[in-house]
Amino acid sequence: MSTDLILASAAVAGAAYIVAALLFVLSLAGLSKHETARRGVGFGVVGMTIALLATVWLTVTEAWGSDSATLGLVLLLVAVVVGAAIGLWRARTVEMTGMPELIALFHSFVGLAAVLVGWNGALDDGSLHGALRDIHHGEVFIGVFIGGVTFTGSIVAYLKLSAKISSRPLMLPGKNVLNVGAVVVFLALTVWYVITPELWLLVVVTLLSLALGWHLVASIGGGDMPVVVSMLNSYSGWAAAAAGFLLDNDLLIVTGALVGSSGAYLSYIMCKAMNRSFLSVIAGGFGIEAPKSGEEETGEHRETDAEQVAELLAGAASVVITPGYGMAVAQAQYPVAELASTLRARGVDVRFGIHPVAGRLPGHMNVLLAEAKVPYDIVLEMDEINDDLADTDVVLVIGANDTVNPAAAEDPGSPIAGMPVLRVWEARNVVVFKRSMASGYAGVQNPLFFRENAQMLFGDAKARVEDILRAL
Amino acid sequence: MTLIGIVAEPAGEHRVSATPSTVAKIRALGYEVAVETGAGAASSFPDQAYAEAGARIVGRDEAWAADLVLGINAPDDEAIARLRPGATVLGMLSPALRPELLATLAERGVTAIAMDAVPRISRAQSMDVLSSMANIAGYRAVVEAAHEFDRFFTGQVTAAGKVPPAKVLVAGAGVAGLAAIGAASSLGAIVRATDPRPEVADQVKSIGGEYLPVEVAEQMDSSDGYAKATSEAYDRRAAEIYAEQAEDVDIVITTALIPGRPAPRLLTADMVARMKPGSVIVDMAAGQGGNVEGSVAGERVVTDNGVIILGYTDLAGRLSAQASQLYGTNVLNLLKLLTPGKDGALTIDFDDVVQRSVTVVRDGEVTWPPPPVQVSAAPAQPTAAAAEPAPEKKKPSTGTKLGLMAVGIAALFAVCAVAPAPLPQHFLVLVLSVIIGFYVIGHVAHALHTPLMSVTNAISGIIVVGAIVQITSGSLLVQILAAVAVLFASVNVFGGFAVTRRMLAMFQKGGRG
Repeated sequence: MSTDLILASAAVAGAAYIVAALLFVLSLAGLSKHETARRGVGFGVVGMTIALLATVWLTVTEAWGSDSATLGLVLLLVAVVVGAAIGLWRARTVEMTGMPELIALFHSFVGLAAVLVGWNGALDDGSLHGALRDIHHGEVFIGVFIGGVTFTGSIVAYLKLSAKISSRPLMLPGKNVLNVGAVVVFLALTVWYVITPELWLLVVVTLLSLALGWHLVASIGGGDMPVVVSMLNSYSGWAAAAAGFLLDNDLLIVTGALVGSSGAYLSYIMCKAMNRSFLSVIAGGFGIEAPKSGEEETGEHRETDAEQVAELLAGAASVVITPGYGMAVAQAQYPVAELASTLRARGVDVRFGIHPVAGRLPGHMNVLLAEAKVPYDIVLEMDEINDDLADTDVVLVIGANDTVNPAAAEDPGSPIAGMPVLRVWEARNVVVFKRSMASGYAGVQNPLFFRENAQMLFGDAKARVEDILRAL
Repeated sequence: MTLIGIVAEPAGEHRVSATPSTVAKIRALGYEVAVETGAGAASSFPDQAYAEAGARIVGRDEAWAADLVLGINAPDDEAIARLRPGATVLGMLSPALRPELLATLAERGVTAIAMDAVPRISRAQSMDVLSSMANIAGYRAVVEAAHEFDRFFTGQVTAAGKVPPAKVLVAGAGVAGLAAIGAASSLGAIVRATDPRPEVADQVKSIGGEYLPVEVAEQMDSSDGYAKATSEAYDRRAAEIYAEQAEDVDIVITTALIPGRPAPRLLTADMVARMKPGSVIVDMAAGQGGNVEGSVAGERVVTDNGVIILGYTDLAGRLSAQASQLYGTNVLNLLKLLTPGKDGALTIDFDDVVQRSVTVVRDGEVTWPPPPVQVSAAPAQPTAAAAEPAPEKKKPSTGTKLGLMAVGIAALFAVCAVAPAPLPQHFLVLVLSVIIGFYVIGHVAHALHTPLMSVTNAISGIIVVGAIVQITSGSLLVQILAAVAVLFASVNVFGGFAVTRRMLAMFQKGGRG
């Protein structure tokens, strides 16, 4: 194949990459509103198609005629077809309650791909010399390291989210020293590798990054998962960006940076919603280092039954439902949605109040409710609904605990003091659906249960909501 | 099987201790129910309705001879004589005021349950007849006042001129007072309220009233949920407020009661004399001596200057069907507590504070008064305030922030200055992309964060581009590794977009409008 054609292909590919990068930006921008979200995904798909076609075209024109090209193309075709089949199958069959696991798993794939691309970069470092060669080696290490951390971290997150392993934080002694130590060792190894590039160093750094990723996420508890998943989302982006540096490919850098900053921003929102710093989430779970308040507010709670709640709801003018992770666990979103539509048909003003960290994934509750056909314009954010709660007749707290804890607002000694919460206790009546009187993820007693206007409805949330529906 | 008798109340009492709907639920607890003929007639519950609910309609003798006799008023001597020894009798027995009644009941060898001795704790709220009756009475007090008052409650601007709203003063913001405030303000009146407990101010405000604080250097904490007697300085200041208000307001509703003591005197004859003619006073404490000088229990009195003072003591009973329903539900809730097995077997557990408190005579032995109960609604402990505030998070100062930024920019500069091409271009692309990313993501709706994550998942599969470039390498190992990378990245690309589309298709509008 002529050199001219290869040059022309490279120019076309470069142009295609710019267009693809622009489409990716538009794709993310489209997600800012429900109305434009589907269009946004369309942009993303088009961008990805353009990028893939351009890359394949470029690869084919460059390698045409060489021995390895035919094998490579066959491998490529097989890999894409198999990968696409698996991906589409998973996307079609996944339960919406299982979204956090799926997303974590997808992150791990990006991590794994980044590790492999990094290894390939090392095995096939072409004809670079001097400073560029050293930089290339540094890039390999950075790419492999970020990819490795993302890979095992996401695998652990996946296992925790799908309850294949306990979601309790792993407490190794001196875990912060381990984490920081791993980073320091990584830096040292990078310098060493740049000076004397030897394969065993790459093996060591790969193992180190895998171990760090595993430990980092293993030592974070279940309730911090929204932060962890967004953090891994961010890492998967940086891994792609590192690969872009390695392969001298701007599209990878742009896309990786977009994804990386997206994940970082989500982590930031989640942390703010828990009033914690990012470092403290990484450094340890709730209730471990936080000071305990000297005196736990306790008292007597009032128990109620489904019939009384049904009566209460039937007589209410406005109802707010605040779901939490417990709703997802109990798979109660369908009866909850039916309850909402039944009440709305009777002229009751029903709305949902979603705390930013409700669930195990940012926005998870919204997806679950959307799946159960709750119109999205009655599903409000915490800041949108908080001021209306005082005028609400009945609040149903379904499977949420820490996100409605008055101690966060009122008790400066509480471990969750200062965390923004849904002020459900201001409503006239609060009904808390709960399996038992156990405390929430943060291990903090919830004084809400002992409020005069609060009643407890014990049992499985799904069964209880169905009881209420029957009583209505 | 335990037989429960619902007895007809004496003349003048329109309520009944169980309604057809509560009878059905009592039967569900395993009891047999017998209703005295005509027991619910005055509350518009005919015998027929009780029979349909599964009760037997019986004569007076049989109803009183039941194992558990439900009533509202305390039984008189004649009725006590009808009780079967070993039976249980339930009603509003006023144990604190009527020791002789308890003695008579004990002599008869029965167990007596006083509904008005339910402790004021959260758990027992559903059985608290004093609250439910006070609520009704407070509402009825406003209705009675409105009936006597010869003007509108609400202000109006009509073609025939402007009507000012009535001004209502409610003394005491307990359950009855709050009900009165709510009823009067929903009729459109301007409502003011007084109460020695400043913590009720928010409750008053929440139902449309204005709280008039009595500002003296003392505060009243209530440890048992009821008001207590006040100090002299307080009383003097309060009297001034009442004197000022009496001249201004049209309606006064007084609800001040202190358990076990005569009602405090709030309005003197002098204050009443200075009220406008046609004004109405409802003295809800008339039965306990009255808050208003000149009120007569159970009577309507008109003073020389034309002020009407109502001293009705049966305000709750005037809404007999409503009152019966709430009383019946309170009794039902108590029976649920006393019938843990739902098997029709009445058991009284003296280790339970509620059951201990309401049982004033047990098997012929007076068990009043019970040991004191501290309610959970205790005023906020000062210890809570003294708890160590969490250490303030150190917010980096503006100087530190600017410093860090300068360091970051300098580092970027240094790297780009020494790095050979094409590294500086890559950094430029990276930095600009990060900035674009933050701005774009900052506008994404919270509700779409999950779709956002799955889209970013899909596009981070762009790493497939890197793997594709490597797949034609000369080394077989590299080719295989690249193929594996392509496989996984393709799962991401296709799966991520597909699942996002699936999710977004679920989001539907249509909540309002």
